[in-house]
Amino acid sequence: MITFVLMVNRQGQTRLSRYYQPVKMSRRAALEADVVRECLSRHKDQCSFVEYKDLKVVFRQYAALYIAVGVTDDENELAIYELVQNFVEVLDKYFSRVSELDIMFNVDRVHIILDEMIQNGRVVESNKSNILAPLLALDKMADG
Amino acid sequence: MECVRMIASPRYSEKRVGYLGAMMLLDEKQDASLLITNSIKNDLSHSSQFVQSLALCTLACIGSAEMCKDLAPEIDKLLRASNSYIKKKAALCAIHIVKKVPDLEEVFSLTARSLLSEKHHGVLHGAVVLITVLCECNPETLERFRKTVPDLVRIMKGLVTSGYSPEHDVAGISDPFLQVRILRLLRILGRNNETASDTMNDLLAQVATNTDSTKTVGNAVLYETVLTVLDIKSESGLRILAVNILGRFLLNNDRNIRYIAMTSLQKIVNSDNIAVQRHRGTIVDCLKDPDASVKRRALDLSLALVSASNIRSMMKELLVFLCSCPPDLRAEAASGIFHAAEKYAPSQRWHIDTILHVLTTAGGDVRDETVPNLILLITNASDLHCYTVHKLYRALITDISQQPLVQVASWCIGEYGDLLLREECQEMEPTEVTADTVLDALETVLQSHMSTPTTRGFALTATMKLSTRINENVDRIRSIVSIYGSCIDVELQQRAVEYNALFKKYDHMRAAVLERMPVIERNSPIHTNGDSMGDVIKEVEVDKLKLKADLLPQQPANQVCDLLDLLGDSEKSVYGGTTSIQPINAAKLAGGDLLDLLGGFEPTPLTPAPAMTLYEKNGVTLTLSCEKQSECSLAVTLRGSNSSNLDVSSFSLQAAVPKSIDLHMKAPSGDTLPARGTSQVTQLVLLNNPNKVNLKMRIRISYSSQGSSIQETVQVDSFPGFS
Repeated sequence: MITFVLMVNRQGQTRLSRYYQPVKMSRRAALEADVVRECLSRHKDQCSFVEYKDLKVVFRQYAALYIAVGVTDDENELAIYELVQNFVEVLDKYFSRVSELDIMFNVDRVHIILDEMIQNGRVVESNKSNILAPLLALDKMADG
Repeated sequence: MECVRMIASPRYSEKRVGYLGAMMLLDEKQDASLLITNSIKNDLSHSSQFVQSLALCTLACIGSAEMCKDLAPEIDKLLRASNSYIKKKAALCAIHIVKKVPDLEEVFSLTARSLLSEKHHGVLHGAVVLITVLCECNPETLERFRKTVPDLVRIMKGLVTSGYSPEHDVAGISDPFLQVRILRLLRILGRNNETASDTMNDLLAQVATNTDSTKTVGNAVLYETVLTVLDIKSESGLRILAVNILGRFLLNNDRNIRYIAMTSLQKIVNSDNIAVQRHRGTIVDCLKDPDASVKRRALDLSLALVSASNIRSMMKELLVFLCSCPPDLRAEAASGIFHAAEKYAPSQRWHIDTILHVLTTAGGDVRDETVPNLILLITNASDLHCYTVHKLYRALITDISQQPLVQVASWCIGEYGDLLLREECQEMEPTEVTADTVLDALETVLQSHMSTPTTRGFALTATMKLSTRINENVDRIRSIVSIYGSCIDVELQQRAVEYNALFKKYDHMRAAVLERMPVIERNSPIHTNGDSMGDVIKEVEVDKLKLKADLLPQQPANQVCDLLDLLGDSEKSVYGGTTSIQPINAAKLAGGDLLDLLGGFEPTPLTPAPAMTLYEKNGVTLTLSCEKQSECSLAVTLRGSNSSNLDVSSFSLQAAVPKSIDLHMKAPSGDTLPARGTSQVTQLVLLNNPNKVNLKMRIRISYSSQGSSIQETVQVDSFPGFS
């Protein structure tokens, strides 16, 4: 089961965070800082799986942004790795060549996309068009 | 509060933001979440599917147990609804409900089964996950779902063999996420079940061979397949295939794949050891990988692969690794090396060498019990004492920062100092070692600020022991010892004062007190006392030293331990040749102390319980009778009588029982056995046997008769009247 999803940039600023297990607000900052430190110390061709306390963190770097996903022991790490790639592709499709600024200014939409893909710590949908369908319908409603 | 207001608003966008905020900021413990319960309820039956989905999402995220109970029937209805968008969300919401309120799973298991026949992948996905969770929660449901195995196999086959489908395709593999999920469910269903495993065999073989492994996605599916094969009762051909796939992963350049290959090999290293041994070379190479995660996995796996045949080569690699490994892995590596060395050491010398090597490289990170363990090992290898002490001395003069090493080295120098000075060790190059240099070394340790108090204690004791081993420079030793008589550290001061006293008042006993220690038994109760103070006290021989005030408390305890150890793991006494028959008064003192602890005299009536004669000699008879007091406790009465013509005086009894049994001896009725059996001496012994081990007792009888003191020991193996 997925415990959290984080998007952090190189300077350590969290762009997006989603927790699927209740974590106290005070502890969140510490957790994020720890995870970021691990990610930043990794080289490109080093292993993308890190063990942090009793979780595994799978992370991927896209330009200046790191996406880190915390999972419990029973998950297939490579599948989560692919999930991150899928997520980024969906974002790409929606925002047409997504960048960090897009995420910063449209956090709510990114959350919606994330919710469509992962619910309650488990993958719900992996099909790009299915994920984007409600969002596109929403946009049409807002425009019209 | 804003969230609650926004959720209640009819406009969709506000609702959306409101729910989002609720999911992110609230959890079920907060009161505000109760306020939105009503909104969720209404929204669940809203006409728009998007609103419904929002409500479902939030419920899944922060729903409390009461909310879930209320809304479960609603969710069930939605699960049956025709809209697949809703269905998949409802499935995941159901998972949350099942986790919160396990009783409701009955409701969902029926619907879950029917969901499997859906075409929509999202719904299938949700259904598979729901079934997985249901099976994990409850083993009975697992049984029921075993029937779905053929369905799952069919779906999987469809996925694998189907042609290109643009919707679900990820790099050439159709819907890998669903594939992985189904494989995991198959794993859970097939565990420990022959029939299910048989059905899956073909499918797994097909997946394993057909999946394209050049891309990560393909590897993900293969990984899951391998895990499944290894977990269920698959046929041997399939298992070999799985291990081969793992081997291929190991050789892959991508570190991620190597990492997961090692993780899965770790799981099977115990069962399929030979298969994994084949890849030992690659795994050992991974130890040198610059990546920390890979290193950690490689270390775990290497330690698991160590066996009697490859111990020497593996140890070389592990020692090289220890020199270069990151600090957080050092402690783990060091303890792993120690375990492996202990289990498979080809010779004692190799063992000692290895441990010394570890101590010199990573001494600061080893655990505390390594020092006593190493000392035990060294005393056991008596022919290597000379070699060991030379080596340790050399290590000591080069570097005194590693505390465990310094402690062991100073202990050895203290014990075997004469070997160090007198004999030349053939195996090592001769160096100039004089008494002065040795004392210099110990003094440096004592004065260095890098030494901990324990180390200083070791060094001081070692210096003291050298006073008997070497003949010159005794004055130097005396001065060193007296300096520490006014040291701030209490422990050091106490030792220094005691040693000073040894010099001044008991000089004649010094040699005996500081004699070489006998071989330590591994499981002796004193051995487990890690503090070296225990070692020093153990050396003090009870019969030689007069009862000096500050040493007294340890003595009777020492003796009682000794007595209790009689029936411990080893048959022979710990103190080997150096124990002589203990004088009666010391024995009485020990017995007296023990008895004083337990309060007064209890007159025991003569019970008609069956009596057993234990000992009969010189007219003195000892009988035993016992009475069961409760399920695991027994009251034993020992009676001594004298049928000879002369009185027997100083009659005393001591008893010892196996370790897990508690023993309480009450005060005896007297210590004189008058002649011709006019009266008896009775003593009550209470035994408590909570672990129900075999009850045995050893009794030592001591008395003086006809002017001579006699001591006898009898062993009782079976107690009358006690099953």
